[in-house]
Order: sequence, then C-alpha cells, then structure tokens
Amino acid sequence: MIFLTIGSHEPFDRLVRAVDDWVAMHPGVEVFGQITERGAASYAPKNFPWVAKIAPGEYQAKVDAAEFLIAHAGMGSIITALRANKPIVVLPRRGDLAETRNDHQIATAAKLASKPGIFVAATEADLPAQLDAVRAKGGQIDTALVSPFAEDRLIAAIRGTIFSR
Amino acid sequence: MSRRPKVLAVASGGGHWIQLCRLLPAWDGCAVIYVATDPAFRDEMRAIARSRGNPEPGYYVIPDANRWQKLKLLKQLALLIGIMLKVRPDTVITTGAAPGYFALRLGKLLGARTVWVDSIANAEEMSLSGRQAGPYASLWLTQWPEVAEPDGPHFAGSVL
Repeated sequence: MIFLTIGSHEPFDRLVRAVDDWVAMHPGVEVFGQITERGAASYAPKNFPWVAKIAPGEYQAKVDAAEFLIAHAGMGSIITALRANKPIVVLPRRGDLAETRNDHQIATAAKLASKPGIFVAATEADLPAQLDAVRAKGGQIDTALVSPFAEDRLIAAIRGTIFSR
Repeated sequence: MSRRPKVLAVASGGGHWIQLCRLLPAWDGCAVIYVATDPAFRDEMRAIARSRGNPEPGYYVIPDANRWQKLKLLKQLALLIGIMLKVRPDTVITTGAAPGYFALRLGKLLGARTVWVDSIANAEEMSLSGRQAGPYASLWLTQWPEVAEPDGPHFAGSVL
C-alpha cells in the first residue's frame, strides 16, 4: 500500500488528481489517501479509497504499513516519513495557486531534496516518473535515519533559557 | 531543590505540533502544560511523560485558526488569556503559528521567559508570525543558518 497524505489543513487537488490519474494507469497498485475535504469543489479520487481526516494512531498505522508515502512538502509529513524510515515523494504546494500561503514548500523541498529517501516532483507532470522510480526500487531505498528528537544543541539552547536564573 | 519550572508548550496542528514534540527533552524535569489544537494527542503526551519519569502534563485544547479566520483567532486569544492567567508559566515555548504567537505575547506580558522556534518549513525567510514574535522572545530561533541574523533570529540547530 502507498499512503497519500496531504496534511491537516488545506485541500490539495492538484496532487490528489495526479495520483488518481497515476493509479488509473497502474492497475493493481494499492493507494490509500488522507485528503482533507473542504468544500464541494474538492476533487474526490475515483481509483483509490480515501478519508478526509484520520486519527493519529490510525495515521501512524498507515505510515508503518505503507511501502512509501506521497505527500505535500509539509514538514509534518516529511518528518513522519523520515522517522518511520519510509521513502516519501513530495509535490510542493504553490502560493500562486493559493494551495498554501506562499512558496515556502518549494524552498523547503529544494533544500531537502538531497536527503536520502526524499523525492521531489517539481510539478504534477513530474510526479508519475518519481512514483514509477520509487516503486521500481521496491524496498531498496536508503532513508535518512532520524532520532525521535531535535538536535542536542537545540534542546540545550532551550533548556538554557528554561533553567537560567 | 526549588519547585519545578512551569513550561507552557504551544503549537497549532500538523507540522508545528510534530516539531514541538521533537523538542520535548528540553522540558524534562519541568511541569509542562501543553496547548494543542487537537485533543487526540493527550494520551500520547501522558505516556511520553511517564516513560521519561516526568509528572503528568497538563493539556488544553483550543480551536485551530489561521491568519485569515478573525473570529476563530479571537476565540483562540480569549481561551489563551484564560489558560495563561490560570497557569502562570515561567517559560512559554512555541513552534508557531497563530496560537504560539498569542501565547508568547501574553507570556511576555506576564513576565515569563519566551522561546520561539520558527518552523523548519521556513527555509528562506522567517515566518510572518515568527518575525512579529521576535521583539518579545527571550530566545528567538530559526532552524536554518541562512536565515539567522546577528541580532536574531539566531540559529541553534534544527528539529531534524
């Protein structure tokens, strides 16, 4: 199963539609989507099961069961994938299309694209190639192993403020 | 030993909350009170506190709101004022966004230390709320060295 998640805030029809089209071309591929329904204009996938909202425990279970993740370039999704040691294919939201407040996801994706396990599709047209590539490698993808917590120096800086006299 | 420092840890949903949770060793040994926009993480925060030998955390839920949802923002602010007056934290810590900004300003008014950790999602410039929080933050941090300035925001590592 491939887990599509677009975060907890705004819909992201461009990604959902691109994944739906990709699944249509790949019979037998199993995708489960968490796609945040908001308003009648939101696109409903035809080719895979989906929910609008998902409880944290169930979300984690989907992540753990997934072969890889497809997501927006939100840090919540990316950190979750890295923590679970799963590859992630991201399509950044665009500010000019009002998919989020500005182009920060494009900047973040560009900075993180060099990390093992993170695959960036610049546009929806690039997405199928990224998905095909990740799928072709099966489980043979190195991911960046991350600890459950922030860098020690960041934690130390904050402790310093809490415990300063 | 004097009493445990009281820490109010605030974040809106999604990535902000996930990043706040990656900072939690910073308040080991403190009495922490979380302010979240989702009730779903309460049990997890309790379990983590137990596993780290910390006292049971407080947990308040407020509605999520973004910059454009004025009514929800007002409700969020009103609830945060109530929480702040009740808790009287020694330190307020937030990863953003809107509720974190309110909490930080209120904390400052009440004489608390304040920590702003801007989201790692802001790789090229500080978030708007992060910039606005700067003058009121005891510790004002970006997670990207490129975004840091000599007078702040400062860089002290990231959640990754």
